[in-house]
Amino acid sequence: MSSGLWRFAASRLLGVVPTLLMLITIAFFLIRVAPGGPFDGEKALPDEIRLNLEAKYHLDEPLLQQYFRYLGQIITLDFGPSFQYKDWSVNELIALGFPVSLTIGGLAMLLAFFVGSAIGIVAAIRQNSATDYSIMGLAMVGVSIPNFVIAPFLILGLAVYLGWLPAGGWEWQAQYMVLPVLTLALPVIAYIARLMRGSMIEVLHSNYIRTARAKGLPESRVVLRHALKPALLPVISFMGPATAGLITGSVVIERIYSIPGLGSYFVQGALNRDYTLVMGVVIFYGFVIVLLNFVVDLLYAWLNPKIRYEQG
Amino acid sequence: MRVALKRFAGPAHFVVSAMVRAMVVTIASVCLLAACSKDAEQPDAPRKQRPQPVELVLVDGRPAPEVLDEKQELRRGNGEEPRTLDPHRSQGVPEGNILRDLFEGLITEAPDGEIIPGAAMRWNISADGKEYIFYLHRDLKWSNGDALTAHDFVFSLKRATDPGTASSNANMLLPIVNAAEVIAGTLPPEALGVAALDDFSLQIRLVQPTSYFLGLLTHTIAFPVHSPSVTALGDVFAREGNLVSNGAYLLQRWDPRSQIVLIRNPYYREAENSLMDKVVYLPIEDLSGEVNQFRSGELDWTYEVPNNQFAWLQKNYSQELVVSPWLGSFFFAFNLSREPFSESPQLRRALVLAIDRDVLTDKVTRFGEQPSFALVPPGMGGYQPAVPDYASWPQQQRVDEARRLYEMAGYSADNPLHTEIRYNTSENNKKLALAVASMWKQELGVVTTLVNEEWKVFLQNREQKVVTQVFRRGWISDYNDPYSFLELYRSRDARNDSAYSNPSFDALLEEVAKERVPERRNRMMHEAERLLLEDNPIVPVYTYVSKRLVDPHVRGWQTNVMDHHYSRYMYKLKSIDQAEGGQDQPAEATPVEPVAAETGAVN
Repeated sequence: MSSGLWRFAASRLLGVVPTLLMLITIAFFLIRVAPGGPFDGEKALPDEIRLNLEAKYHLDEPLLQQYFRYLGQIITLDFGPSFQYKDWSVNELIALGFPVSLTIGGLAMLLAFFVGSAIGIVAAIRQNSATDYSIMGLAMVGVSIPNFVIAPFLILGLAVYLGWLPAGGWEWQAQYMVLPVLTLALPVIAYIARLMRGSMIEVLHSNYIRTARAKGLPESRVVLRHALKPALLPVISFMGPATAGLITGSVVIERIYSIPGLGSYFVQGALNRDYTLVMGVVIFYGFVIVLLNFVVDLLYAWLNPKIRYEQG
Repeated sequence: MRVALKRFAGPAHFVVSAMVRAMVVTIASVCLLAACSKDAEQPDAPRKQRPQPVELVLVDGRPAPEVLDEKQELRRGNGEEPRTLDPHRSQGVPEGNILRDLFEGLITEAPDGEIIPGAAMRWNISADGKEYIFYLHRDLKWSNGDALTAHDFVFSLKRATDPGTASSNANMLLPIVNAAEVIAGTLPPEALGVAALDDFSLQIRLVQPTSYFLGLLTHTIAFPVHSPSVTALGDVFAREGNLVSNGAYLLQRWDPRSQIVLIRNPYYREAENSLMDKVVYLPIEDLSGEVNQFRSGELDWTYEVPNNQFAWLQKNYSQELVVSPWLGSFFFAFNLSREPFSESPQLRRALVLAIDRDVLTDKVTRFGEQPSFALVPPGMGGYQPAVPDYASWPQQQRVDEARRLYEMAGYSADNPLHTEIRYNTSENNKKLALAVASMWKQELGVVTTLVNEEWKVFLQNREQKVVTQVFRRGWISDYNDPYSFLELYRSRDARNDSAYSNPSFDALLEEVAKERVPERRNRMMHEAERLLLEDNPIVPVYTYVSKRLVDPHVRGWQTNVMDHHYSRYMYKLKSIDQAEGGQDQPAEATPVEPVAAETGAVN
């Protein structure tokens, strides 16, 4: 890597700090502005018990003091105890949930990338043929059907009637991963296939490909050796944020398949006003997005030498 | 089995048990497509209910070994992930289910919900009703083999009220001397009115005679915790590998939001009597997902069933579907602190009369709820809810009366009442609010706006009593006592979101709390409920039911109004045919029957 690239990397990483600080500040005050508190329930608590709870979690302090206490805490990477899951700290919950989400999301992304790209390439080569139209038609359907519609069909077919796979639940075993990975991957496969087809067609019409063909190279070599790398660019830039979304867990998939991933904590934490849990997952998610965007930038430079990262 | 257990017959025998079934926040289900929508209609399907499981022919009080499945493992769907397994800080229904398997209080429950001796084999109540002495079994042990004594209960009750524990159920222990001061922090926990007279005798002193006190002791707040591990481990004492318990099961594994595995506790006092070796609790939030897991054989017992699949399940899983009354009431309430309902009892009564509850339960909610005209649900030992006279009127008569009152209150077709119904976002609440609004519109011409709010926002608005007019309310009892419903409407109760205030009602409830003769107490509560309903601060709608799928191979349990089901009573049969041979199957069980029924204990 060039020194320009290193400098670029360093400055991008430094930029993460103010981004995260802003994220923390906004999230911290927003969740507290929301009406209701973490200890409200159908049974209103008597005042003395509410005071005991608030004292335990420092919610009785002035807001600014709480904010600075929180900042002091997260500098040491301690997200504090969860209000909702009282036996666990937010760090532990993230540490337990993230590997699950990472596995499912990562596998889904890998599957989507390889299958989606392959389909897209085939469609691009056979542009405007029956194959192309049927692939793209299917992909269109795949993009537009949400996964909470696909999931029940997969469950009914493969789990309830055929009994090949469990209908839900979680163990670190392959059979528990198949359905969630498939459900997560299907729309992404479709999306990547469409992206790949478009960009591949564009590349295949460029001059240097014409040159390569003119030299008499076999078509497979033209496509895989010369066209693939540049054609991947839009796919890669899509994959950055998409991967961040997948590996931090999907609420829908986790609910339908009862998977203990990270995604539900966003929703559960927010609905229950579990301030520390919401903050923890927001910061974590923010960090993963920033990190993956950074990785995408680096990949870009590798794929496309025309891009230079120079100072000023 | 429990043949030898004496049934408790003290002055408070109508009190059964306790467990907070906090209202489940129904998050709008993300799964919009019911997995089984193909024949969701058939509105007039006979409401068939599975007969109550009948005990098998028993050998020495237990099922013959040859009919039992070799693998005695129970897999129970359990709603949300438990918030904690610390009995003193737990709150919800899912926690309660697991904790009742893990721990045992002084008092416990039989399969039918009746209260029976637990860690205490007997007790004495002083003549003034203010001092209880519990005599513990002599050989009680914790799951790690440590001896369990009266000192553990003293430690635990003090911990439960200690402000440092910050238990949200601590106020259930308010009947104990100095509990209020300890909770508020003005007295140290040591001042709590509990003492170990010796290793096996526990003394509890009460502020005043409290007829439902024994029932309270079945609640998780009164469970003992193992003092050495609590002291040494603090907030993580209830985790896998740390938790020491005294119930029929011990915690083997806890994967958050994945599974909680319990195995038989060899040190439990009746360990040799429990047949189920292993119990797996699975947190499953998505109700359709839970049904699918049941259908594919991964669950023996579901937490609930989704409303939108109820008709389909009735038809296709009639043997597995169990519906039974539950100690809870669903109603709407008026805010009496502001217009238009503060000064207008006729108007409130008109609105109460104008709705057709049969239509609401038969056509709108449709899963076997009982239409209700009172606050207290039926089936609370010996208590007769103060059902108003109009409950027996035909609907047309109610509507005519409603119209008369509506006009008396100064409203008419030209000058209709404008109001709103506020509810927390949920499919069921929405359907009910819509139906009620249209009944008001049709019969009286009332113009109603529907306002739905996210749960916490709704709670806050309801509590502040500033913007609300008519709002959804529901109550599921903490313990099997009508008092737990009535006390919601004491003037100063924190949960009195209607701002209802009636000095005679308050005075009557004061008396009820002190009264020890059950019949007299019931009469007083009946009178209090009558007073309340005459003022019409609420619009009663229906009584809740519990509804779930249970594998017919699982036996040993019974339906009960608290919906408490201890795994230690359950066992799994090898085959159902075998079990049913030679047994009388009730042809058709009555759908919703008050459950003060006789005990089905094995004797």
